[in-house]
Amino acid sequence: MSIFVGPETRLVVQGVTGREGTFHTRQMVEYGTQVVAGVTPGKGGTTHEGVPVFDTVAGAVAATGANVSVIFVPPPFAADAILEAVDARVGLAVCITEGIPTMEMIRVMPVVRRSETRLIGPNCPGIISPGSAKIGIMPGRIHKPGRVGVISRSGTLTYEAVDQLTRRGIGQSTCIGIGGDPLIGTEFIDALQAFRDDADTEAVVLIGEIGGSAEEEAAVWIKAHFKKPVVSFIAGQTAPPGRRMGHAGAVISGGKGAAVDKMAALSAAGINVVNSPAGIGEAVQTVLNSGN
Amino acid sequence: MKIHEYQAKEIIRSYGVPTPRGEVARTPDEAREVASRLGGPCMVKAQIHAGGRGKGGGVKKADDPVMAAELAARMLGMTLVTPQTGPGGRVVRRLLLEQTLDIDRELYLAVTLDRSSERLTMIASAEGGVEIEKVAAEMPEKILKEAIDPAVGLSPFQARRLAFGLGLSGPALKGAVKLMAALVRCVQESDASLAEINPLVVTAAGEVMALDAKMNFDDNALYRHPEIRELRDTDEEDPLEVEASRHGLNYIKLDGNVGCMVNGAGLAMATMDIIKLAGGQPANFLDVGGGASAEQVSNAFKILISDESVKAVLINIFGGILRCDLLAQGVADAVGTAGVTVPVIVRMEGTNVAEGRRILTDSNFDFIVAEGMQDAATKAVAAAREQS
Repeated sequence: MSIFVGPETRLVVQGVTGREGTFHTRQMVEYGTQVVAGVTPGKGGTTHEGVPVFDTVAGAVAATGANVSVIFVPPPFAADAILEAVDARVGLAVCITEGIPTMEMIRVMPVVRRSETRLIGPNCPGIISPGSAKIGIMPGRIHKPGRVGVISRSGTLTYEAVDQLTRRGIGQSTCIGIGGDPLIGTEFIDALQAFRDDADTEAVVLIGEIGGSAEEEAAVWIKAHFKKPVVSFIAGQTAPPGRRMGHAGAVISGGKGAAVDKMAALSAAGINVVNSPAGIGEAVQTVLNSGN
Repeated sequence: MKIHEYQAKEIIRSYGVPTPRGEVARTPDEAREVASRLGGPCMVKAQIHAGGRGKGGGVKKADDPVMAAELAARMLGMTLVTPQTGPGGRVVRRLLLEQTLDIDRELYLAVTLDRSSERLTMIASAEGGVEIEKVAAEMPEKILKEAIDPAVGLSPFQARRLAFGLGLSGPALKGAVKLMAALVRCVQESDASLAEINPLVVTAAGEVMALDAKMNFDDNALYRHPEIRELRDTDEEDPLEVEASRHGLNYIKLDGNVGCMVNGAGLAMATMDIIKLAGGQPANFLDVGGGASAEQVSNAFKILISDESVKAVLINIFGGILRCDLLAQGVADAVGTAGVTVPVIVRMEGTNVAEGRRILTDSNFDFIVAEGMQDAATKAVAAAREQS
């Protein structure tokens, strides 16, 4: 039915009483996500947006059985929030925060990698399994339950792709925004692996962008290990080299990370690469029809 | 954020990386004084935020203080074009004058993030003075790497392994090992995203020194380095980009004539792409972000249209956190006060879209409403063509 999150998800919101935390907690509850706890140090024992607040993540997990955490903590404190989620042994931590210094993530990543916690993000819109759990900031109503998985490094561009699918009546199993930073927890290949093993995902949309080599690595992996149809779009075909295009990770440097190379690598792996961001929905429709 | 060579050298020197003796000059008189203090011949180096300066005539040797002043008179104020500046070049406002060295070998050394290992990595090569990308493409075996454990730092054995790999021995080996440790500490403590020494030189006397230095910094970490933030040189940036950054907007000037305003970096890049596919050229990248206020949107719009090459504006918003009504209000305010003469194409979806559309319809300006990205791009490109 979905990957990483679903009806079994019991969510704790780190930074629940902040402006962002408050707004999105309300939205997630309205969508039907089981939000069982919030954490704000010093506000333990209170209730916020109908959710019990705890001083620590470990305390929240012990009292409520929370198994997923979402982080809405300002950048200077977000790396610590990730470490606290890992320490509390939640299965999944989703870090929405944008603007965490790279040097902080360099120190945090080894701890995440040897832990039992999966990290999504940082600097991402979150993850949604339509109809059962929305963990993050994406607008819930553009989604529709179904059988297409979406993986993306972007936020609003993911909404655009999802909207195109839903307008064509094509639902989604799970949509994951993996984040636009140079260092992120869950990479394309991790999500692809989960979609491969999910019997209810029929096809996958992979939305990449300039910078790094994650798309090229995903292409190689898909060719060897992934049999379901994949549709892909790479943003930044017109971006000038050496400039940071909004996302800290979106820089073409030293002739590497250009859209044209990523598109070629994906095409070579047999993936249906669309040139236009307006063509994503139609391409998915085509691969689904040809499969039937 | 980028800084100048002389600033990078001050920073690495404070961590113990040896650099040639030198000082900055802003006038020919200052250049003469600095050259006299240095004594003997010296190098005169133009300070701009771009590499390849030697090829463009931005690095010269002066035999004496009089010649240093003459060179300075010619170089200061000149527009220096290098392979990295683009055809427009950069105006030279400062010079770095440095002692000349008796150079035995030119090497390469850098510290940057390796995304695949998720660690800082020290990169070294015996092929100094040329672009490392060229070495990587043509002679990958000449590039040495050591991944740096974030908890431990660069271990002495790793530095020795690099130094031996570079063919160093004796005092040069010792000097290089010390220098490498200092450079890594510098990067870790200053939140640099790149520190590159090219070339790293070994003098005839066996000293190891940074003949050039380039440092870039992580914008996300500048909040905790006010002293580095002060080194920003807005003369090196596009004036519209400087104005945009004052309002917390992410704007990059490009060469086309279709101005775009988009929320979210990925969608903004995709919008540029679809403009190109529709036969047009984007005039800019502009991400107003997720939490923009009506005032920010209004400022963004004003910056956009103050670019004279803009013949049409495309607004593409997928409202999630950013509500369409708020966006529409900001745009309507800006159009009302700025006297817009170019067509404005609006594509909006998402939160409060009906209210947003009503605000635009009720304003006195004749917005062109588009359905979907393709329609928006086609209309914007056609409108820009009619205007030019």
